[in-house]
Amino acid sequence: MIYNIPYIAVAALILIGLYAVVFKRNLIKMVIGITLIESGVNLFLITLGYREGSIAPIYTSSPGGIMALPVPQALTLTSIVIGVAVLALMLSLVIHIYRHYGTLDARKIGGNEE
Amino acid sequence: MNLPTFEFTPALVVAIPLLGAFLTPLVSRINDKLRNIFVIIIMGLTGFFVFLLAYDVLAKGIKVYVFGANTADTIQSLENGLPLLRILFEVDAMSVLMAGISVILGFVAVIYSWSFMKENTGLDKYYTLFLLMIAGMLGMELTGDMFNFFVFLEITSIASCALIAFWTNKGKAVDAAFKYIVISAIGALFILFAVALLYSQYNALNIAVLGSMIQYTFLDKIALILLIVALLMKAGIVPMHMWLPDAYSRAPSSVTVALIGATLASLYGVLRVCFTLYGNSLSNICNNLNINVHSMLGTLLILLAIITIILGVIMALRQINFKRLIAFAAIAELGYMFLGIGTGLTVLGNPELAVYGMTALKGGIFHIINDALDVGLLFLVAGAIYYATRENSLNRMGGLARNLKYTTVFFLIGLLAVSGMPPMNGFASKILIYESTYQLSPILSIIAILCSILLLAVFVKVFYSAFMGPAQPKFKDVKEVPKSMLIAMGIITCIIIFIGLFPQFVINTVVTPAAEALVNFGGEKGFYINEIIESFTLGGV
Repeated sequence: MIYNIPYIAVAALILIGLYAVVFKRNLIKMVIGITLIESGVNLFLITLGYREGSIAPIYTSSPGGIMALPVPQALTLTSIVIGVAVLALMLSLVIHIYRHYGTLDARKIGGNEE
Repeated sequence: MNLPTFEFTPALVVAIPLLGAFLTPLVSRINDKLRNIFVIIIMGLTGFFVFLLAYDVLAKGIKVYVFGANTADTIQSLENGLPLLRILFEVDAMSVLMAGISVILGFVAVIYSWSFMKENTGLDKYYTLFLLMIAGMLGMELTGDMFNFFVFLEITSIASCALIAFWTNKGKAVDAAFKYIVISAIGALFILFAVALLYSQYNALNIAVLGSMIQYTFLDKIALILLIVALLMKAGIVPMHMWLPDAYSRAPSSVTVALIGATLASLYGVLRVCFTLYGNSLSNICNNLNINVHSMLGTLLILLAIITIILGVIMALRQINFKRLIAFAAIAELGYMFLGIGTGLTVLGNPELAVYGMTALKGGIFHIINDALDVGLLFLVAGAIYYATRENSLNRMGGLARNLKYTTVFFLIGLLAVSGMPPMNGFASKILIYESTYQLSPILSIIAILCSILLLAVFVKVFYSAFMGPAQPKFKDVKEVPKSMLIAMGIITCIIIFIGLFPQFVINTVVTPAAEALVNFGGEKGFYINEIIESFTLGGV
């Protein structure tokens, strides 16, 4: 059970994030939802590469013993960097939307008429 | 003809636009005209390398390029029992076909932008993002690594989202861009999650290696669903299409044309996932359930495709905004592609119908080329009309054929092509789809033909209301659009007419190799996987 806690956290983060994106009307809350999903996925990747009692995967003067798998960590780093770029872009779009419409309520923005 | 073959072509195809993107702001400081020429040269150079690569791949089969090491060293380290950690570009006929489409659309859009975007400021950023988007698309289409696919997908999404919102003075454009980035971000995270699920089981990220080991466990099926849903969402299939009309209609026309390429790159992802990643056992019976995974997936795709076609056409009928109307027609056209691909997936496992499955798949792949060109041409025409008249609404247009002679001819050709009229290229691919889906179920091809006729009706209405009718006094001073826009439209028109006149030539040279590259022919694990595994002799990865 104790080993499953990270996976439960992953599921919880992703579900809460999806809930926020689907049901919340405030654009900032939607952005937060996406960030939560991203954290969930990143946590999942990190958890995959970790073994109990393992050390950082640095070969130079290593004390021996098991090492954590470095590939998922590299993937997570890349994913975090991309996530920051997406987050910045989304927030800048939210700023522009607020300037145009004066509100962040998704129901009052847009519409089909030109 | 013996062209020299370069080992580095797959890397250069992505590296040139990427490098060009970051050089553009520097060149832009010297002179605006010089920057435009520079961007066109970069796109031309990319196109040249894509065609060099295409020639190479079509003549000699799959080309593999290893990043950060030469091929001999990689094989050596694999023989020593180290896992395959390098990023690989694996280019087969299908990848090359998609890369060719992206590069043609990008090249045309860059030429078109010269005049179309001239009055805007911040063009250095526009061109930087544009080249980044092209690099992302090409990367998605050439890569052989799942995580790398995710990275290029994100590059494409970020760049194209910023480009959709390029006219930030219009609230609608920003709104459309926000929708697009939300869809893209969630889709990309789903893909990353699926990649993590696959990695956790097989300790590999390479598509070919994963495809050769896939077991159809419970987790694999979850990963399959996540991948397919995310990629279909990005491709704009109907239940998840709401971002597409907004994004297509509110972006500048030159961006819309490149966006078509980005959408089709996601479609390529669907093909790769269905046929290569999960293509290990095309006729494999799924564990204890007596259902074939592929025919199930294919049936689902056919269902979605039919809904997409019907809804796209019906929504197109009632639009009055020119670009929005074309966007809905583009959704309908996506449905035709998925109809062909879905039929292929469904029946390829069935030996009696496998021939029709192959025809359907060829039709679907051929339609990818034709749709990109036809819809791209229509968007360029819509952009030209907007440029000349500053009008978007069909209700306020009329009599424009008097002022815009060449544009009218281009629109007429695009109209005939997109609704599948015989002399044009749209017909050549749609007939393949009709005749093969008819074998599966006549009702499918009846719906497809009916919707194609409705599409013709839609565009005849547009043609009449925009170009025909009495001359309107407010359009008295409207002049023909600048040369660069005419050249851009002319290039696409020439390709459309060429494909329309010689469809068999195109089918034989590019479409058939692409379809065969996707499908399991002979061999146990399929063409793509076999070739790559052979070229690396992966023992115990």
